[in-house]
Amino acid sequence: MKILIVDDFSTMRRIIKNLLRDLGFTNTQEADDGNTALPMLKNGDFDFLVTDWNMPGMTGIELLKELRKDSRLATLPVLMVTAEAKRDQIVEAAQAGVNGYVVKPFTAQVLKEKIEKIFERVDG
Amino acid sequence: MDVNNSRHDKQQFREQLETCSKQLVANLQDNNFESASELIHELVESRDRHIFQSVGKLTRGLHDAIVNFQVDADLSVTPPDIAKSEMSDASERLNYVMDLTQQAADKTMDKVEAAAPIAMSLREEASLLTNDWHKLKKREIPKEEFNDLYNRMGIFLDHMDSGTHSLSGMLQEIILEQGYQDLTGQVLKKVIGLISEVEYELVNLMRIAGEVETVAGLSDQETKSSKQKKKNQYEGEGPQMNADQKSNVVANQDDVDDLLSSLGF
Repeated sequence: MKILIVDDFSTMRRIIKNLLRDLGFTNTQEADDGNTALPMLKNGDFDFLVTDWNMPGMTGIELLKELRKDSRLATLPVLMVTAEAKRDQIVEAAQAGVNGYVVKPFTAQVLKEKIEKIFERVDG
Repeated sequence: MDVNNSRHDKQQFREQLETCSKQLVANLQDNNFESASELIHELVESRDRHIFQSVGKLTRGLHDAIVNFQVDADLSVTPPDIAKSEMSDASERLNYVMDLTQQAADKTMDKVEAAAPIAMSLREEASLLTNDWHKLKKREIPKEEFNDLYNRMGIFLDHMDSGTHSLSGMLQEIILEQGYQDLTGQVLKKVIGLISEVEYELVNLMRIAGEVETVAGLSDQETKSSKQKKKNQYEGEGPQMNADQKSNVVANQDDVDDLLSSLGF
């Protein structure tokens, strides 16, 4: 399982990386915004994307919309982990085809649940 | 544009002054005092118009600057009652940063303080057992003490199992707690943005004040100062202050889950 973590704050990338490692996912890579993430996703064989919303350059929601337009990446599971908490934004992310939405600050338990739920759905 | 205009005004005034003064001298020499006083009156009026325009321009500049600061205040009372402004919003944001860093520091230290005694007692137990273990290897343990060592070893392994389990849990929580750096960083970025805007408006205001002497028409000024702040539609909002008091904002992960399940997730 190869996972890409996208967040402009390196602290948050480390936190997510650590939590994923505790969950048994050790094959992770990082990007600091949509512009760097998109070519990595297009050229790499990632199985899962964890992305922030609010980033300079290309935001997480723009990245998500780009992915859904790409035939090869249209079904890539995407978990949004973000401080964006407006109802409109969550609806927008859902409509754009996000697979899970976690608001910061979050607990390890919540992240675990959401990831498991996504894979249950993808596998099932 | 402003500078050209004010230069134009200045020139006009000078030309007017030149023609008027010639006529004034001529009138005075002809003892035509009525026309002379009319001319002086005209000049004074023209000068006044310049001053009025200057004041008008300064007022407009102030008004625009205040509008751009997005201050919503009741100015009829003294001191003005500020309902909402980007400044008070910024103060609120900075208070949020303070609260969040405080909470994170407290929680991190709490976890370390809770973890330290666990690590300490495991170490003490381990070092006692190590001594006895070495004795056992050298066959220095009498048979009656062996049973005791055997039991203590079992208890220690249990402690080790539960102790390291809670230690790794605490370490994970400490890591997670560092998320404040992201949340406060986002807020600080916004406040820094506001400070740059305020600086821009202040410089603008200083420029206008400096130009007051050399006035320009107000209509040209308008297009420049009424620049709208454009916002990228995808730009995020950053962490929400007082999320539990706003209806358009989710207060926690449960709200997110409810909203998503209402959308068929």
